[in-house]
Amino acid sequence: MKRLARHPLFWPLGALALLLALNAAFNPGFLALGWRDGHLYGHLVDILNRAAPLMVVSLGMTLVIAVRGLDISVGAVVAIAATVAALLIGGAFNAGGEAASEHPLWLALGAALLVAAGCGLWNGLLVVKAGMQPIVATLVLMVAGRGIAQLLTGGQIITVYYPPFFTIGGGFLAGLPVALWIAAALWGGLHFALSRTALGLFIRAIGGNPEAARVAGVRSGAITLCVYTFCGLAAGIAGLIVSSNVRSADANNAGQLLELDAILAVTLGGTALTGGRFTLAGTVIGALIIQTLTSTIYSIGLPPEVNLVVKAVLVFAVMLLQSADFRALFMAAQR
Amino acid sequence: MSDAPIVLQARDISRAFPGVQALADVQLTLRAGEVHALMGQNGAGKSTLIRILTGVHAPDAGSIELLGQSVAPRSPLHAQELGISAVHQESHLLPNLSVAENICAGRYPRLSWMRGGGIDWRETRRRARELLARLGIDLDVDQLAGGLPAALQQLAAVARAVAGDARVLILDEPTSSLDADEVRALFELIRRLRGQGVAILFVTHFLDQVYEICDRITVLRNGRFVGEYPCARLDAPGLVAAMVGRELAGAVEAVTHAAPEGAAAAVLSARNVSRRGQLQPLDVEMRGGEILGVAGLLGSGRTELARLLFALDERDTGDIEIDGRAARLERPADAVRLGLGFCPEDRKHSGIVADLSVRENIALALQARMGLRKFLAPAEQRVLAEKLVAALGISTPGIEAPIGQLSGGNQQKALIARWLATHPRVLILDEPTRGIDIAAKQELMNEIRELANGGTAVLFISAEIEEVARISDRILVLRDRAKAGELPRGAGEDAIYALIARAAS
Repeated sequence: MKRLARHPLFWPLGALALLLALNAAFNPGFLALGWRDGHLYGHLVDILNRAAPLMVVSLGMTLVIAVRGLDISVGAVVAIAATVAALLIGGAFNAGGEAASEHPLWLALGAALLVAAGCGLWNGLLVVKAGMQPIVATLVLMVAGRGIAQLLTGGQIITVYYPPFFTIGGGFLAGLPVALWIAAALWGGLHFALSRTALGLFIRAIGGNPEAARVAGVRSGAITLCVYTFCGLAAGIAGLIVSSNVRSADANNAGQLLELDAILAVTLGGTALTGGRFTLAGTVIGALIIQTLTSTIYSIGLPPEVNLVVKAVLVFAVMLLQSADFRALFMAAQR
Repeated sequence: MSDAPIVLQARDISRAFPGVQALADVQLTLRAGEVHALMGQNGAGKSTLIRILTGVHAPDAGSIELLGQSVAPRSPLHAQELGISAVHQESHLLPNLSVAENICAGRYPRLSWMRGGGIDWRETRRRARELLARLGIDLDVDQLAGGLPAALQQLAAVARAVAGDARVLILDEPTSSLDADEVRALFELIRRLRGQGVAILFVTHFLDQVYEICDRITVLRNGRFVGEYPCARLDAPGLVAAMVGRELAGAVEAVTHAAPEGAAAAVLSARNVSRRGQLQPLDVEMRGGEILGVAGLLGSGRTELARLLFALDERDTGDIEIDGRAARLERPADAVRLGLGFCPEDRKHSGIVADLSVRENIALALQARMGLRKFLAPAEQRVLAEKLVAALGISTPGIEAPIGQLSGGNQQKALIARWLATHPRVLILDEPTRGIDIAAKQELMNEIRELANGGTAVLFISAEIEEVARISDRILVLRDRAKAGELPRGAGEDAIYALIARAAS
């Protein structure tokens, strides 16, 4: 039991279980799963589906934080990617009155991801080559990115009518949401890259002591650059999921405050904000905690106005639970 | 002397950390107006004992009495309030504050509420000036602490430590970054404080300093109390024997020279390397199987040379050839690829990655050299680390323990292991013996000789001229950031000193 409590995922998992139990208590049907229209159906599936974009963004954020960085532009990159994809697909109809795509779907998606990765690369260059503080470097794109997206759309919400595009954020594969498969694939791919190549060791070395890593011959600059680029790419993927899900691109609101939720998910999962120590699984759990929290607030019938306050209080409680110092204090008080 | 009143008495102090019993039943008695040396090898428990006295750690067992009252320091601040202050190796002054602000930090005098209730800066400066005058330190209190030389910072740190009416002053390796004159100034201050009745605990690796300033010695070994001795009754060989637990047959036995007599081919040859403000253009040639010693005073360009050769700093001029071919050497990653290794002077800051395990720290450079795609699987890392830990006699609870938990000497050995794993052609060692006790030093010197015998070209940098003279096959002497000359093997310390001093005379 003691060893269990010391496992890094113990507290995040506990918090998630507690939240789920709370839901189940308020809403007896909460844990029920059904089969409808050829896919799984239920609150849990819903939460997983809605959490997917946050998971994807947070996975990228985890690596950035692990190398002592921060990327607060991910929300803006989500908007940019969504806008690029929506613009390239366009709202055209063919002669039969069916929705068509102006450009091939693969081109639209590829271009959106390329632009997103380019945004990440830009952030990385500012941090690595220009030596800017990560929060300042990414602040540039956080502000400018949304502006660019709005310029591209002319301030309008762009609606997409082309059904194949909706699969990404609304479709199902083997009974589960496609978005969830995307998040899972990204997680699996990252896990493989970190545990089966030297990337994991390098990232932890860079985060733990950048100067020592450099002296040992680790190419810190190149790796950090890749990490930021990947974070941009992940935000782009999330942008596609989000816009596909709502069948439109809203340059103003897509991914709004997502950067903060992502940082929160990473922290809740147990990744150290000081760099070096990180956990992908923890981040996924963190994202689930945040999404479950949002769902909980709606399901137990709290008015939406208190949403943020309740979220803050619960996050505060979870953070306290995760703090070793607080637990020590608590134990001491009990004795 | 023994009738001086006892200020602090620690009895039967024990403390365990996961995997190690850091202290077991340790005794320490400090008397008013005495300087007390705390001696022991790396890992003997000195740091842990200091951390317990200053409230960083709580002891598992044992008691501490201060002036006959039982005390239990809860934090460094609490310890200070009790009258126990400490000054550490690197002084912890805030570089962006003035000397006065540093000295009074945490206990600033306030203005009365009538005058706004803020900090009384005039009084702050007055108090600082008064304190420095009382201690005989000549220092402008308005100067920024960060701009002061290390030695003056150290003096200011001592002043701050005793500002709050300290009964016990702990000096943890205060002299390790000071030169001879600066040590003298510090000792003058210590003597003055001793005269004022402060009980001083002095931790150092320099035996001569112990005999110069201390009255009494407590020796620890492997976390256990070996004994307390008046300095007059324990000579240096006896002290070393007590520290290492055996009679060291001449702690300074000569390192066997087995280097080839004939001129081996140059492995690395650097021509005209320079960097503005750091090193005048100079040539270096390193040969396989040879130890090239670098001697010079602090600031002579020793470390700067090493950093340029390893491409840690960009050189303004200079070409480097490896095995006779011009090498592209723009950053450390290139150096590692070319078969160079570098153990930096500052272990904590640019050597170890404290959070990573001993295994990962050892595997890091080899993995960096192999690149991202060729992965050294954990199982292979384990085999490698186990082998090197055994070969170098690194004492660790296990290869999975975070390297930060190891003592300084063992961290140093692990760093050397990191480079051994890459089978380097050239290994640059910048102050590899700094902060390491005598026995470990000797072992390390033997390892370095072994390495050279295996064909590696070694660059050995040390502030201790005697060490350079003892181990080197050839000695490069630096003075004022330029080459002062080169000496052949067997050149004594006197020849080195003569070269260093020539300009001055």
